[in-house]
Amino acid sequence: MEHKAYLDYAATTPTDQRVVDAILPFFTERYGNANSLYALGRDAARALEDARERVAASIGARPDEVIFTSGGTESDNTAIIGLATAGGRATGHVIVSAFEHHAVLEPAWWLGKHGFDVTELKPRTDGIVHPEDLAAALRDDTVLVSVMHGNNEIGTLQPVRELAAAAHARGALFHTDAAQTLGKADFDVTELGIDAASFSGHKIYGPKGTGALFLKKGVRMAPYLMGGGQESKRRSGTQNVAGNVGFATALEIMDAERPTEAPRLAALRDHLVERLLGEIHYARLNAVDAATRLPHIANFVIPGVEGEAMLLHLDAAGIAVSTGSACSSGSLKPSHVLLSIGCPVEFAHGSLRVSTGRFTTEADVDYLVEKLVPIVERLRSMNPLYEKTVAELVGAKG
Amino acid sequence: MIYSEKVMEHFGNPHNVGVIEDADGIGEVGNPVCGDVMKITIKVDDDRIDDIKFQTLGCGAAIATSSIVTDMAKGMTLAEAVAITKNQVAEELGGLPPAKMHCSVLATDGLKVAVDDYLVKRGREPIAGEIKSSDPHFDPHEDDDEDHTH
Ligand SMILES: Cc1ncc(COP(=O)(O)O)c(C=O)c1O
Ligand code: FES
Repeated sequence: MEHKAYLDYAATTPTDQRVVDAILPFFTERYGNANSLYALGRDAARALEDARERVAASIGARPDEVIFTSGGTESDNTAIIGLATAGGRATGHVIVSAFEHHAVLEPAWWLGKHGFDVTELKPRTDGIVHPEDLAAALRDDTVLVSVMHGNNEIGTLQPVRELAAAAHARGALFHTDAAQTLGKADFDVTELGIDAASFSGHKIYGPKGTGALFLKKGVRMAPYLMGGGQESKRRSGTQNVAGNVGFATALEIMDAERPTEAPRLAALRDHLVERLLGEIHYARLNAVDAATRLPHIANFVIPGVEGEAMLLHLDAAGIAVSTGSACSSGSLKPSHVLLSIGCPVEFAHGSLRVSTGRFTTEADVDYLVEKLVPIVERLRSMNPLYEKTVAELVGAKG
Repeated sequence: MIYSEKVMEHFGNPHNVGVIEDADGIGEVGNPVCGDVMKITIKVDDDRIDDIKFQTLGCGAAIATSSIVTDMAKGMTLAEAVAITKNQVAEELGGLPPAKMHCSVLATDGLKVAVDDYLVKRGREPIAGEIKSSDPHFDPHEDDDEDHTH
C-alpha cells in the first residue's frame, strides 16, 4: 500500500501523544480515588479539579458548571432527559432538530414515549436550523430545546446564540450538542447564552470515553447516573481522572493551535471541494448554501454509485472515509441528516463524508481524489441505471 | 459487520460484469429495502445458461452475490438456475452478515426474472415462481435467526 489516508476525523481522532504523556502517570502512580481523604486521593482530586478549571476556562464557564461524563452520548442523554424531567416533571413539549445525532434523538424519542410531546424541527436545505423556524415551533409549554452546534455529517454550524435567545424568549431551556465543534470553532457559553452543552473527548485527540456536560449554575437537572454522589450529585461514579486530565489537555491543545489550524483545514477543505467537483462528473457538495460551516467536514453526493461499495474500494486503497448510504447502516435507512435537508434518497445512497484533522496533509486529500476517480468510474459502469440517472441529472439542469 | 474473505474477493474483482447485447433473457430487479438495482442478461443454449453477465448498483454484498450467482449459474439448466437459494449463495461466499442476507435475494431474483423472461419470450411457461425483491412489503430480516447488533 503506497499511502494511507485517514479522512474520518469526525468519527474519531488519534489520541495526541502530548495527551497520552499527560495521562499515563494517572494509571500507575497517581491512581488514587479523587473522593478519598488521604494524600493519594487528594492528589487525584487536585488533578481532577485542575482539569475542570481548564475545561471551564476554555468554554467561558465556572468550574462548578462542568460535569465530567463518559462522552458525548452520556452528556446528551443526561441533558435531554435530566433537563426535561427536572423536579419530577412528567409532561411538556420538547423540541430537537431533526438532524441531531442519535445520542439526542433517542432520548428525545424516549421522552415522547413517556408523557412528553416531541417536535423534530427540520433544518432548511442549507443545512441550518433557522431561528424563525424555531420561534414558530415554540409553544407555551415548551420546556427544552436542543439544537446541535455543528452537524457531524454535513458540517454546518448552527446560529446557536439566536436559537438560544428564541428558546429563552418563550421560557424554554436550551441545550446544544457541541461534540463536533468544541475546540474547532469559537465556543463560549456566556456569549452563546446556553443552559447546557455536551462535549466529547475523542473528537479532539483526547481519549475515547471522555467528555463533559456544561450545566449553567442554577439550572435544575435530574441526575442520570445515581450512586455515590460524585460531580456534586449530578453524575455518580468514581471519576475517570486520567481521562478527564486527557480531555482537558486535549482541549488546551485545540485552543492553542486553532488560530493556525482552523484556516489550514478550511483551505484543505476548499482544495478538496474544488478538486473533487472538478474531477468527478455530477458530484455536488451537500448543504452548499450554508452561511456557516466547520472547517473540517465536507459531504458530497456522487450520483450513480452506492456509498458502501465506494467506501470498501477506498479502504482497499488505504483510505478511511464514511457514507450516509442506506446499505452501510444497520437499519438500511439512508442518513437522516441528508434526508432532513431535502437530499433525495438516491443521492444519499452515494454520499461521501470526508473529515480532516491535525495530521491530514494536502497529499492525503490529493490521494483521495486520485483513487476516487477510477473507483467512481468503475462503479458507475456497473450501475444498470447510470444512463437514466445522468439523463435525469442533465434534464434537471437544462 | 465484517465481510468474509470470499465476499471481499468477489467484490474487489467481480466476475461476469457487463451486459450481453443480444441477450436471450433479461432480468432487472430492485431491492425495495435499500434501493439497490441489478440487471442480469443471459444467453441460453439447449435450456442451459451458456453465458451470463450482470450489472449491480449496491453494497459490497450485493456486488459479491451478483458475481457468485453468475458463476454458479453458468452452465446450469434453467431449472437448476432458478432453484438457487439465497442461503446457497451466502454459503458459497463463506457467509454473509445477517443484515446483508437480503442482498443475496437481489441476485437470485435477478436470475429468476431473466430465465422467465427468456421462457415467456419463447411462448413457454415461466418456472421461477415468486419474486421477492420487487415486493414492497418484503422484509429482509423475516427469516434471519441471528441477533442483530450494529
Ligand atoms: C454530534 C455528535 N454528538 C454525539 C456524539 C457521541 O459522542 P461519543 O462518541 O463521545 O459518545 C458524536 C460522535 O459520534 C457526535 O458527532
Ligand atoms: S444492496 Fe443495499 S444493503 Fe446490500
